[in-house]
Amino acid sequence: MATNVVAAFESSLGTLDVPCMSTTPDGFIEALTEYIELPAVGVPLGIEGISLEETDATLSPSSQQLVDAKTGITPAALGVAAHGSLLLQSSPTGTEPVSLYPPRHVAVVREGDIVPDVRDALEWLDGEFTDGRRSAVFATGVSATGDMGALVEGVHGPADVRVIIVEDR
Amino acid sequence: MSSDTRRRKAAKIRHLLETEGESVHENTTHFNEERYDAVEEFDDYEAVRAEARAIKEDAIERLPELVETLRDSVEENGGTLYIADDAADANAYIGDVVDEAGGDTVVKSKSMTTEEIEVNEALEANDVDVWETDLGEFVLQVADEAPSHLVGPSLHRTTDDVADLFNRYFDPDEPFETAEQLTEFARDYLGDRIRAADVGMTGANFVLADSGTITLVTNEGNARKCAVTPDTHIAVTGVEKILPSLSDLGPFIELIARSATGQDISQYVSLFSPPTNSPTLDFEDPEAPAFETDGDRSFHLVLIDNGRLAMREDEQLRETLYCIRCGACANSCANFQHVGGHAFGGETYTGGIATGWETGVNGIESADEFNDLCTGCSRCVTACPVKIDIPWINTVVRDRLNHDHDSSEFDFLVEGLTPDEEPARLDLQKRAFGNFETMAKVGSKTAPVSNWILDSSPIRDGMDRLMGIDQRRELPSFRRESLVDWFAARGGNKVRSTDRTAVLYPDVYTNYVLVERGKAAVNVLESLGVEVIIPDVPGSGRAPLSQGMIDTAESKAKQVTDRLRRYIDAGADIVVIEPSDLAMFRRDYEKLLPARAFDMLSENSYEVLEYVFGLLENGAEADALSNADSRLAYHSHCQQRTLGLDAYTEAVFERLGYDVITSDVECCGMAGSFGYKSEYYELSMDVGSTLGDQFSDATDRTIVASGTSCSEQLTDLLSSDVKHPVEILAPDGR
Repeated sequence: MATNVVAAFESSLGTLDVPCMSTTPDGFIEALTEYIELPAVGVPLGIEGISLEETDATLSPSSQQLVDAKTGITPAALGVAAHGSLLLQSSPTGTEPVSLYPPRHVAVVREGDIVPDVRDALEWLDGEFTDGRRSAVFATGVSATGDMGALVEGVHGPADVRVIIVEDR
Repeated sequence: MSSDTRRRKAAKIRHLLETEGESVHENTTHFNEERYDAVEEFDDYEAVRAEARAIKEDAIERLPELVETLRDSVEENGGTLYIADDAADANAYIGDVVDEAGGDTVVKSKSMTTEEIEVNEALEANDVDVWETDLGEFVLQVADEAPSHLVGPSLHRTTDDVADLFNRYFDPDEPFETAEQLTEFARDYLGDRIRAADVGMTGANFVLADSGTITLVTNEGNARKCAVTPDTHIAVTGVEKILPSLSDLGPFIELIARSATGQDISQYVSLFSPPTNSPTLDFEDPEAPAFETDGDRSFHLVLIDNGRLAMREDEQLRETLYCIRCGACANSCANFQHVGGHAFGGETYTGGIATGWETGVNGIESADEFNDLCTGCSRCVTACPVKIDIPWINTVVRDRLNHDHDSSEFDFLVEGLTPDEEPARLDLQKRAFGNFETMAKVGSKTAPVSNWILDSSPIRDGMDRLMGIDQRRELPSFRRESLVDWFAARGGNKVRSTDRTAVLYPDVYTNYVLVERGKAAVNVLESLGVEVIIPDVPGSGRAPLSQGMIDTAESKAKQVTDRLRRYIDAGADIVVIEPSDLAMFRRDYEKLLPARAFDMLSENSYEVLEYVFGLLENGAEADALSNADSRLAYHSHCQQRTLGLDAYTEAVFERLGYDVITSDVECCGMAGSFGYKSEYYELSMDVGSTLGDQFSDATDRTIVASGTSCSEQLTDLLSSDVKHPVEILAPDGR
């Protein structure tokens, strides 16, 4: 069942043209290095066994660093298999701006945090709401617009989104 | 309406068809096709629609209580809730908030509600710079135009249009040419303004009462930036957007993007319960930390009443408040697809549901301008994710307008002469079309003289001048012997059956004009062993209802039901040739009749090919019907499609081995009286051209259509004879 959900998530990301790879915690740094373009900014991932501390990503950037960053690295609280959506929870460390401002967003999600569909994600979010964490974004693919007469990707949000799935031990 | 007004209206429509029609058509039909695909792939669609509808019904019912729950939640989160009575009240409050924030610059994400209150103008009057950051809204801001669509505000413009506009306005070193260049420029230009802004203003697609959460559904990412970049966030939305809690949001996330653009989900569905715990952003000092975790965020939720609470009390307008502003009613509307929201819209809102919104928030006179563009084809009924009966709202508003209009100078000619239930001041054009049955009766009794008179040029001149009946349309030719008379003259039924008796409903057109298709239907049914009866039954009320003459339609509905009851009680089925009349029995009568009468008639009425399909399924001999080796091009009828009945005709043709191609346009553009009206003739022909194009390569096929209007339109478009399916199936070809 769980494997099917992960496969479905990967397949949905494929449809969205969002590259994704699975890694063990040990392989995380290598995977991340492949996906980021420097300069990069990030927020603490809060995922056991991995960290951004030993990477080139800047945590708590200056405003110039945020504006200049080519990549933003954040955790995703959940992955939604049906659509390839990432649930990005707002945090005091800046998940919302770091996932939004740089032209590339690299999201890191634990394999065990991938759920089948939006209803499952909302159910999980309901518990978070009760605990006072009441802001989050379902982000699906890259930002896009058709307002200039044709579909263009990369408007106010990232034009390039990549996902690293961290396998459970 | 005077003939001058009609000419002005026709000229405006002509201008929009020439300037904006092509772009509107391309974009709306694209959205619409994507919506069909998305809905087809979504297995739970009908169940989720029902769920969403039930949640909205409950939320609007409990609105006052939900507002108080929401107030507590927003305040508990550290924000402020303000309920604004009207636009002026809202703008005054917003002005104060911006002023207190020391704001010179406000950046906005797309919000129709802020268009409704014209907050930009109010802020600019106080020397505040306001920037629309949604690219479509930005285009309109530069062009100084109103949105032409709820979801794609600038979809009436092509890339070339926007490039010309931006090249003139911004005078770049290298002129813009492509959508990529324009997007990149706008993103950078607006990015600077977002980072420098003092206040961010967003709308809200849904508001959750028990957590103080606003939900923003967007594709560009600008709403997220506007909400979290400046320290002060103002969210402005209608008071009807409140849902009880997070557990109610699921169906709406599943429906809104599918209905709007055919996406399974939008790029960004944000749930913010501001002030959020995202750090405030400071871009002024490049070296300073971007995230000020001790910075102060402030949040104001402004809920607009502006007529909504009165709509809640109005039994007919109330369901407008269930609208989630997806634009599906516009995208699925043939007239909208061709002319767009600059004709099909009022002061703020556009498309089918705009009649409800404009009547409620801007006043019925704003709906008067465009209400007639709804032909009642009902294609939006299945498109609406919350099942709003949009054609009915349009009919109700039309009825109210009929009662509101100033007295006409021709009242003295009309009063006492017409058999309807409407006020003397009713527009002459509407009265003429609404009473087509009377005209048909008299026309038939005096045919062919009546046809000669109606065809004579002085009479056509007069009809055009007084009633706006376009001279470019050929009028129906009345038959001296009606179907009812013919049937009586032949001695009634030729087949006696103890199992199955059908009352063939003699609709006004079949009875007085298209008598051949009535005879063919008798032939088909009798060939399949059915005992047929054709009693004299009044018109269904479709004609008056389409003109907003609800009282007259209601009176017809009662007469029809009274007349048919005894046959139904005796076990007969009611078989209907004209789809728009069947739609009366199955859909519209629910609004006009007591529940039991409606159930009786709707449950025992069948479209003629639906009935034939059922007979064949139950063992009737298909060999009894004509299966001549002919190739057909078949156009179903809009209301037939809404009722899901088009498949029966196709299935019967297939079973008999016909080679059939089918059209897939929403509507033929004729829509009963619509295409006869001089102010709409050109739009009607433009809409029809899409259908005409579909059959332009089918010149070797027999053209077949189920509806009278469709037949008339196809005859005009293709200069070809058009047959009803029963005329194809009748064994002796008649």
